[in-house]
Amino acid sequence: MVRLERRAKPSALWAVLAPLVAVLITMCAGGILFAVLGKDPFEAIATIFWEPLFGEFAEFYRPQLLVKGGPLVLIAIGLSLGFRAGVWNIGAEGQYIVGALCGAGVALAAYPAEHALLFPAMILAGLAGGWAWAMIPALLKWRFGASEILVSLMLVYVAERLLKAMSLGVMKNPDGMGFPGSRNLQDYPSAHNAEIFADTGLHWGVVAALIAVIASYVLLSRHVLGFHIRLSGQAPRAARFAGVSPGRLMLFCMGVSGALAGAAGLFEVAGPAGQIGISFNAGYGFTAIIVAFLGRLHPVGIALAGALMALTYIGGEIAQGDLGLPAAAIQLFQGMLLFFLLAVDVLTHFRLQFARKGTM
Amino acid sequence: MDLSSIQPGLLIASLMVAATPILIAALGEMVVERAGVLNLGVEGMMITGAVCGFVVAVQTGSPLFGFAAAAGGGAALALIFGLLTQMALANQVASGLALTLFGLGLSALLGQSYLGVRPPSTARLDIPVLGDIPGLGAVLFAHDWMVYFGLFLTLAVWAFLRHTRAGLILRAVGENAEAAHALGYKVVRVRLLAILFGGACAGLGGAYLSLVRVPQWTEGMTSGAGWIALALVVFASWRAGRVLMGAYLFGGMTVLQLNLQAAGVAIPVEYLSMSPYLVTILVLVIMSARRNQAPGDLGRTFHSAR
Amino acid sequence: MKFAKTLIAAAITLGLSTGAIAQDKTKVGFVYVGPVGDGGWTYEHDQARLAVEDHFGDQVETVYVESVAEGPDAERVMRQMAMQGADLIFATSFGFMDPTLNAAKKFPKVKFEHATGYKRADNVSTYSARFYEGRAVQGTIAGRMTESNVIGYIGSVPIPEVIRGINAAYIHAKKVNPDVTFKIVWVYDWFDPAKEAEAAKVLIEQGADVIIQHTDSTAPLAAAAEAGNVIGFGQASDMAEYSDGPRVSSIIDNWAPYYIARVQAVIDGSWSSADTWDGIAPGMVGIGEITDRVPAEIKAEALALKASIASGEYHPFTGPLNKQDGSVWLAEGETADDGTLLGMNFYVEGIEGNVPN
Repeated sequence: MVRLERRAKPSALWAVLAPLVAVLITMCAGGILFAVLGKDPFEAIATIFWEPLFGEFAEFYRPQLLVKGGPLVLIAIGLSLGFRAGVWNIGAEGQYIVGALCGAGVALAAYPAEHALLFPAMILAGLAGGWAWAMIPALLKWRFGASEILVSLMLVYVAERLLKAMSLGVMKNPDGMGFPGSRNLQDYPSAHNAEIFADTGLHWGVVAALIAVIASYVLLSRHVLGFHIRLSGQAPRAARFAGVSPGRLMLFCMGVSGALAGAAGLFEVAGPAGQIGISFNAGYGFTAIIVAFLGRLHPVGIALAGALMALTYIGGEIAQGDLGLPAAAIQLFQGMLLFFLLAVDVLTHFRLQFARKGTM
Repeated sequence: MDLSSIQPGLLIASLMVAATPILIAALGEMVVERAGVLNLGVEGMMITGAVCGFVVAVQTGSPLFGFAAAAGGGAALALIFGLLTQMALANQVASGLALTLFGLGLSALLGQSYLGVRPPSTARLDIPVLGDIPGLGAVLFAHDWMVYFGLFLTLAVWAFLRHTRAGLILRAVGENAEAAHALGYKVVRVRLLAILFGGACAGLGGAYLSLVRVPQWTEGMTSGAGWIALALVVFASWRAGRVLMGAYLFGGMTVLQLNLQAAGVAIPVEYLSMSPYLVTILVLVIMSARRNQAPGDLGRTFHSAR
Repeated sequence: MKFAKTLIAAAITLGLSTGAIAQDKTKVGFVYVGPVGDGGWTYEHDQARLAVEDHFGDQVETVYVESVAEGPDAERVMRQMAMQGADLIFATSFGFMDPTLNAAKKFPKVKFEHATGYKRADNVSTYSARFYEGRAVQGTIAGRMTESNVIGYIGSVPIPEVIRGINAAYIHAKKVNPDVTFKIVWVYDWFDPAKEAEAAKVLIEQGADVIIQHTDSTAPLAAAAEAGNVIGFGQASDMAEYSDGPRVSSIIDNWAPYYIARVQAVIDGSWSSADTWDGIAPGMVGIGEITDRVPAEIKAEALALKASIASGEYHPFTGPLNKQDGSVWLAEGETADDGTLLGMNFYVEGIEGNVPN
């Protein structure tokens, strides 16, 4: 029989080793899956993990990893604060949408005026929009005790409908022949979140994600608020004795995660996406939850997890195009990767003990 | 505008059908949560159930076998979640989300060759005497048998949790796993069984969509029903009776919204279609203003230190 | 480092050795917005891709990426295809419009084809189908067949394409049956089987005995089958599995002739940027077989209409037609111009309710 025994301290060795082992197991299991589907397993795995980083066209793909990973990391950093404190904001997708709507709304209202302050104003609007959308579940929780998991999730559906209404109505491009979708902000210099250096994929959203990673690291390790957040998650009662107000902490965590999700939406709509459209949201808000946990709610871990998810997305697209793998196989592969990462992670906190049956 | 074209009786009959998949899935998830486990993978289990049920029903020609396979498929997927969270002590929120991703991919692969196929039809349960009651009969007693199964399941889950020893143990495990463990109950085993039950129910709910409600297999066909089921559980503050109420309310809002549209009520449609979610939030706020009734240990990982 | 580079180079050469033979093949990429298993829009594009493979055999290699989100993902996928040597890329969703133009700017030698859009460039063509021609035929059948004089219409998303369909169906139903009324329900989605089923049921409960759908699942047909005396039409694909029941005809998206012609043009070197809006005549809009449930004289009438549209003799939007508010849109004998049709955002006179916006 195998038994788990809690380690006195999380193993530093396994903290590093676990993700690598998980990726290796996933490669094996994924290889079997791809072989069953009639593809060369080695080629498929190499396409997903190698091509985007070091393949023939890596020059193109590496910047794309930033474009894909940036919003994931930015949102996940915000969520991780709340998750650490036991505040469950599942509705980042909705906050992402509303942030984008508010930011784009500012730009579309100002169109076609050019002004240096327009983009900063849009960022503020994006932050405010996401913050406000997150404040709805936060205030309902604070005032009435309504579950923030549920309310924030419901608000995702409301936000999706709002997005449709906006792209078919108020924000519709007047020169768009009646088709849904707003003007393209990429053609509006003051509002365009362009790449800071051409062809590097480095736009302001990626910069914001990096700043968020550093700020969250400092907050959690150096600041008393970070201590309160960690304490509330691990020992709510002790936190109360230490003078933490759970309500205010919850409002803070929801607010920050909403604002960052909103900012991510704004950077996306003003940059890579360019316009508000019926299906502008591409699931970043939900994927970011996974990224937050994959990164073990640690800022550096989240940055790495975001990069890994981006890699499987982009590698998966290449595998579809090159090898004719169905998108579903890629989804399955990502699911497996997450399963193994989560499963192997147990070895960080526990050690396996092999015991004879009699001793149980 | 012509509101007279909306017939309340027919409205009730449709909402009973519309509510059934989310009702069954939500009941399963409720049992899981009462055991202290939060499985966010309902959507993934539902769609896996939908495809398993469809494939088997088409192959065997029997919807009954289809539903059985759906329950099996949902439970199998739930087992992965159970092993991850109960054995490997992984985080439940992340595992559940990963399960949804996995289930969506798996179902698409399994269903590849079943596009555009028509499944065998599920028999209506024409209840002899009751079905003939004028008006009421057609409304309440002329549905397919899964609708009644959903009602029966509500009753069964309620009775199980309320009146059986096993139900008591399950609740004890969910309220305080440490204490239940100290009393000698097998926390992990109870939770695993609950997770399997939840998976089976989600699978059944999904198969109701692919075999009865739609009936057709297409990728991603649950389109969010699993998330609604999750919402229902919290909305119902973990009570079987209220899950039923919530499912009917949600189904009713959806159907009513479409009815109002068809009747030509001049409400902006895009805002009208938000109404089911807004009403859910509203009712949730009213319900939770009283007291938080979540199981004490919901979502917390349990590991017996010994 | 050097050694590693050599190794990689060797691996790439090995990997490409199979690709090198493919050099003289024409490579065609397809970018899909949904899964090929959606049974509707994307499914039909993929059927056309398979038809291209069938038609050209070894001359052509096709690749596709499915479920691509509109926005940066789409642009990346197209650029990736172009880098991998695609000569022609079909972007099959309206939302891919700006990403297609961005990608086309970066790869001036690669030809792009964007479905249902209006922005073109030297290497970007647009193409779309005049589905409203099919709707006119459906409207005729619906108007003749209805006994309750109530026709239910399930709208997806209120864009000009869908509005055109409603208007075309209404005009022709009204023409053969002056008492007809339309009940329109919007599900605000292209594809949500459960909601489509509910919408169909609601319409049937409110007296509709003909259901026209602009959504892609068979759920409305199943609801019609359950109700018994209700008929409906296949949408996007033929939905022949319901032809022994409620499905009396269908509108089929048939992209194959167009795709084959465009691939041929690339092979010949005769490809040039164009705006194609094809209907029944070239076969881009297919009318599925009209079943025996439709009486012979109605079937003949519908087929005659189809023939006159195909020959160009008749335009489905021919005056006199008024807008919903009673203002004149088209005078007697006048036909609608493509510009107005392309951006259509109003109902014609007689339809109740507002276009949601």
